[in-house]
Amino acid sequence: MSENGIGAAVLRKEDDRLLTGRGQFTDDINRPGQAYMHILRSPLAHARIVSIDASAAEEAPGVVAVLTGREMADDGVGGLPCGWLITSKDGSPMVEPPHPALPADRVRHVGDQVAAVIAETREAARAAAALVDVEYEELPAVATLASATGDGAPLVWDDAPGNICYDWEVGDAEATEAAFRGADQVVSIDVVNNRLIPNAIEPRAAIGEYDSRTGDHTLFTTSQNPHLIRLLLGAFVMGIPESKLRIVAPDVGGGFGSKIHHYAEEVIVTWAAKRLGRPVKWTAERSESFVSDRHGRDHLSHAELALDSEGRFLGLRVTTAANLGAYLSTFSTCVPTYLYGILFAGPYTTPAIYVEVKGVFSNTVPVDALRGAGRPEATFLLERLVDKAARETGIDPIELRRKNLIRPDQFPYQTPVALQYDVGDYQATLDLALDKAGADSFEERRAEARSRGRLRGLGVSTFLEACGIAPSAVVGSLGCRAGLYESGQVRVHPTGSVTVYTGSHSHGQGHETTFAQIVSDELGVPIDQVEVVHGDTQQIPFGMGTYGSRSLAVGGAAIYNAMQKVIDKGKRIAAHLLEASEADIKFENGSFTVAGTDRAKSFGEVALAAYVPHDYPIEELEPGLDETAFYDPKNFTFPAGTHIVEVEIDPETGTVELVQVTGVDDLGRIINPMIVAGQLHGGLAHGIGQALLEECLYDENGQLLTGTYLNYTMPRAADLPNFELGHNTTLCTHNPLGVKGVGEVGSIGVCPAVINAVVDALAEHGVTHIDMPATPERVWRAIQSSQA
Amino acid sequence: MQDFTFRRPESLADAVEALRSVPGGKLLAGGQSLIPVMKLDLAAPGTLVPVSGLEELRGIRVEGSELVIGAGMTHREVGESEEVAGAIPALAALAGAIGDPQVRNRGTLGGSVAHNDPAADYPAALLALDATVVTDQREVSAADFLGSMFETALGDDEVITAVRFAVPDAAAYAKFPNPASKYAIVGVMVARGAGRVRVAVTGAGAGAFRHEGMERALEADFSASSLDGVPVDAGELLSDPQASADYRAHLVGVMARRAVEACG
Repeated sequence: MSENGIGAAVLRKEDDRLLTGRGQFTDDINRPGQAYMHILRSPLAHARIVSIDASAAEEAPGVVAVLTGREMADDGVGGLPCGWLITSKDGSPMVEPPHPALPADRVRHVGDQVAAVIAETREAARAAAALVDVEYEELPAVATLASATGDGAPLVWDDAPGNICYDWEVGDAEATEAAFRGADQVVSIDVVNNRLIPNAIEPRAAIGEYDSRTGDHTLFTTSQNPHLIRLLLGAFVMGIPESKLRIVAPDVGGGFGSKIHHYAEEVIVTWAAKRLGRPVKWTAERSESFVSDRHGRDHLSHAELALDSEGRFLGLRVTTAANLGAYLSTFSTCVPTYLYGILFAGPYTTPAIYVEVKGVFSNTVPVDALRGAGRPEATFLLERLVDKAARETGIDPIELRRKNLIRPDQFPYQTPVALQYDVGDYQATLDLALDKAGADSFEERRAEARSRGRLRGLGVSTFLEACGIAPSAVVGSLGCRAGLYESGQVRVHPTGSVTVYTGSHSHGQGHETTFAQIVSDELGVPIDQVEVVHGDTQQIPFGMGTYGSRSLAVGGAAIYNAMQKVIDKGKRIAAHLLEASEADIKFENGSFTVAGTDRAKSFGEVALAAYVPHDYPIEELEPGLDETAFYDPKNFTFPAGTHIVEVEIDPETGTVELVQVTGVDDLGRIINPMIVAGQLHGGLAHGIGQALLEECLYDENGQLLTGTYLNYTMPRAADLPNFELGHNTTLCTHNPLGVKGVGEVGSIGVCPAVINAVVDALAEHGVTHIDMPATPERVWRAIQSSQA
Repeated sequence: MQDFTFRRPESLADAVEALRSVPGGKLLAGGQSLIPVMKLDLAAPGTLVPVSGLEELRGIRVEGSELVIGAGMTHREVGESEEVAGAIPALAALAGAIGDPQVRNRGTLGGSVAHNDPAADYPAALLALDATVVTDQREVSAADFLGSMFETALGDDEVITAVRFAVPDAAAYAKFPNPASKYAIVGVMVARGAGRVRVAVTGAGAGAFRHEGMERALEADFSASSLDGVPVDAGELLSDPQASADYRAHLVGVMARRAVEACG
């Protein structure tokens, strides 16, 4: 391992600017002559827009224009497309309603866009928005899954009877039925997966700019995937060729999935900038983020597990309703289906699985990917069910898991729900985690806690996730409207420094460091001479962005393959310079050598020769050393782990204290252990937030009850213990770096471990399940009802 | 947030003059509640008159059987004050646990009392410690000064200058914070002194209140177990997604017992 190469805990190159306030985020950018946009949003969950009178607002000081859906329709601006077509059980396509950036006639959730007020200052735009007189005819609304699917529920979309978008299935229903018929025991559970609001630290922002001289559009936006925005905005919404549309996603302050999607505000500023002839800037206020950033999760599920007399899993049946919100956001439809249903084998050998999912419209903010996206929902349901099965069968929960884990000699392992796992070592991971957590001596700690009047519980989650999304042919066959490969360009400069252009996008992950380490390691170039460029469609050939823990496994692999092309060409140049056969040239430690001799050319000498060809085979070999590769993964990657949580509960108040969180994960090869630890910490905090703290609530009229930090609980440092982390690594077999992914592991694995620990602590009170978040009142009520 | 005039006064008299000279003027005493409300356009005072730095509103001293704290003293200053810790350690602990360090560095005693947020900590202390609110015009008992939520007896041109707290023999504050806001879902201050016991509850109701049933039980026998079976009426309490009235009623009992135990 070189000092700054693969495996080194290199300090992040980007932190110097980010931590000293010199990052450049979208809101830091100001364009000459820019106007400011304020979005007037619907205060009602469901209403017909009877009229909009903007005359007073248009006359207010500093107002440039008030634009509504009517003007947008007149200009022929299209709606926001959904990126993934889901086909229902009966072969029919999902109901795909229109998704206008500015609805002209009807609003469908609190926060829906009604008008864009554009003025000389942010304050003037905001003040004028209060003068826009909108007459609404309020319509009945449905906000929760229960109300949206009830008999006679009001319809969000007239074309979607029962508010059903699709009724999807995966797995073998008949085989699963047969498994249940042959079962000795059946265990069932009903689970709520709580709705979450993403809360990236940087609110979304966008600046549209139009050059009437060239016809060029530029959009600066807080996006995780600028090229995808270019594709959707250019080809589907506005009809602008890629050559005339540049998307820049500069420093972005966190996304967690919420900045994957193509948003209405991106369309409105792009459209308004051309219409008004000046740049238009919009920055969300925090209150706006709560009602316009895509929310996450929100499932109701029922699941049943069939077991034989010895506790072997025979079959699994899952029925889920997933709240999609009022419109179909970019990836909303695939999250509760292809990122969820195919995860239900988990790390287990369950031979027959059948999953049914109904996608449900409601008068709420659209729901889409949020850190983990489908996989936390599946993992929570599966790991809760396994734990409940342990209690009902009397088998120790750890032994029940061990009995059913896929063994190392069973890989590659074909699950009954489409995925084929390439490699893993789940028993050893479990053993390491148990050892690290001191699980053997837990009962002593439980007894000691009891002497203090506290209920102590231990919860385990053995989980697996699928990331590195995704093999294009596979996702294409499943309805994804784009292939999900990635590009990487490695440009070697004449004196041997390197610029890497990646279609991945960093919004906190540290790509500028991790990717530079890979390049430094492979090419032998000092890390400070490797620059990583991302986030600008004008600089980077193409890209599909960063989500689904794909940057390293897909984007990193593309860079690796581009480097192999650089090395191959370098060998041909070196062969000429060294008067040797190309087959005899070896590239090692940053030097091209003739095998078996001490004759060598450094990487820098070869680079110089490539660009300054005094002595160069110019007739046989093009000058230059600049290579691009597109990498399409052969399979998903499958990080896996065991998370173990210990809690102590104050039975008087119901307060849950996290005492110990242990995680042993198999993430594939680790490039930068410091960054990996940071990603795990962040993911664990996110998962613990879901398990104990975060809950987005709507009232029966579709008003958001948790729209501020006074009532939506984000995890704080003081809510978290130190994390005890370890690794049990197996290398991914199908990508060149052997990497798997880490960005979502924490949020996927830890939720069920927390709740399993809470239920374990409360088991003596007869509690068999508790919904997330396990708030003090919910825990207290569980104890009360058991005593009643 | 709407535009406003920022009028920094030279003295208490100047502050009062400033308030009287413009309609819609408002005192700014730390701004930890007022500024967020203004940012949401739920309040739009035309003029803000900052008072927390005024000399007349500063200082902490013991006067006979009372602890007098200037209205402009920040929560951090009260929390770290040796005088407060010596006279009423429970009050120092209460102030030192309000909000977070940023809030404690800005927020003041006078601002909190004038705002009378039903989930704020200080109102419980004022009631339990039989406090007197001192303004530039008069002295009012805390019980008369504090109304229902966000209401007080403070006049439009009146400035709180100090609060006088009766020094008890023993006191303790037990708080169950809202996990999101860290305000009290329930906070109970218990104080024993001069043959009386006072139990004041914040967070649970439409304003801080005293619980007479608990006071009588504790005056008969100052022990946590004497509170067992003392009913707390949930019918009068707040209910929200973070805590139902039933749960709040239960927590009033738990926090009261813990406060009694902490009195030693």
